[in-house]
Amino acid sequence: MAELPTTPSQTVGPYLHIGLSWDDGPYVVPEGTPGAVWLCGRVLDGAGEVVTDALVESWQADPDGRFDQLGWRGFGRSDTRDGGYAIHTVVPGAVAGQAPHLDVSVFARGLLHRLVTRIYFPEHERSEDPVLRSVPPERRDTLVATRTGDGYAFDVRIQGERETVFFDV
Amino acid sequence: MTLAGYRRDADTHPPLDSPEYRSTRLRHPTQPLTLLPHRLTEVTGPLLGPGRVGPLDHDLTRQHDGEPVGQRIIVHGRVLDGDGRPIPDSLIEIWQANAGGRYRHTGDRWPSPLDPNFDGVGRTLTDAEGRYEFVTIKPGAYPWRNHDNAWRPAHIHFSLFGRSFTQRLVTQMYFPDDPLFGQDPIFNAVPERARFRLVSRFDLDRTRPEWALAFEFDIVLRGRDATPLEDGHG
Ligand SMILES: [Fe+2]
Repeated sequence: MAELPTTPSQTVGPYLHIGLSWDDGPYVVPEGTPGAVWLCGRVLDGAGEVVTDALVESWQADPDGRFDQLGWRGFGRSDTRDGGYAIHTVVPGAVAGQAPHLDVSVFARGLLHRLVTRIYFPEHERSEDPVLRSVPPERRDTLVATRTGDGYAFDVRIQGERETVFFDV
Repeated sequence: MTLAGYRRDADTHPPLDSPEYRSTRLRHPTQPLTLLPHRLTEVTGPLLGPGRVGPLDHDLTRQHDGEPVGQRIIVHGRVLDGDGRPIPDSLIEIWQANAGGRYRHTGDRWPSPLDPNFDGVGRTLTDAEGRYEFVTIKPGAYPWRNHDNAWRPAHIHFSLFGRSFTQRLVTQMYFPDDPLFGQDPIFNAVPERARFRLVSRFDLDRTRPEWALAFEFDIVLRGRDATPLEDGHG
């Protein structure tokens, strides 16, 4: 088959909220799900300012490490209009030799293409994870969430000090 | 089952550091990106089905009691992967300004009136052949403060999921021969040979006589690699 060239990416712009926000966006799992946690954080620019016109999306396996179970949504989406994002989910299981993780896309005004990162969890063994091992050791902890009262926190630092590791997917 | 990853598409997308678009200055990483070989998480993706799309979500001219002001247009096309295969049953989200270039958004303060009959938000699913169609009105150009006398060319924002995390794409569709292209740093941030892929085609065959003009916009998401994933299905 002939190869077709990909359509280029463009920024979501400042008015993303009207097009991409869903009432149930943050709910990877419904309220009341056993073991559910809130995964929350901010998106910060190179001046350390909070970005309020960003959208954070997550994709993850279920607690058994599977993506294909009937009824498993696996997807979360939250804009940052209130200063941060919040995703209601459960901690995934290990997937194919990798430590439990979420794949994350960040869109924003000023981002001409999404940024891709991963979120890992502090309680899991991560030393054999092939993706983390491909990251310089001193930067690996930018990919690990921290524990909070009702779940986890993970800030995305787009630029500058302790810049989050982003992936070329 | 053996899963394949997706081909990379270098030289297609705008660089994250594009100084002419001023907002990129503090919003681009300064460290190089880390190559992420595709594994199961990257080659799977959410199934966002018909439950998310209402019967009038694809027709932005019929979401209120009255009709919006502006030129009625049909925007249609196909969603394909890089091998020319249609992507069926896939969610498309759009948002846009009204005919005067104003968004229904609290942050949009430019002095052009809101239209009580236009929200500027649409959704649909591709059909079995990857086709989609929206009915809307042609958005107006709007000023912004990127540089002196800066105007965005008329555009519609598009969000696509494809079948996998890797195929996710957010882009903008433009209209043919817009005189504002030359001064727009967002459009021009795309490598020159790829820019035309963002411009829709006027489609006389799909106009509805005495009703609406039509524009065709095909969207291509990344195609599959020939080689299987490095760690297989696992
Ligand atoms: Fe826009």
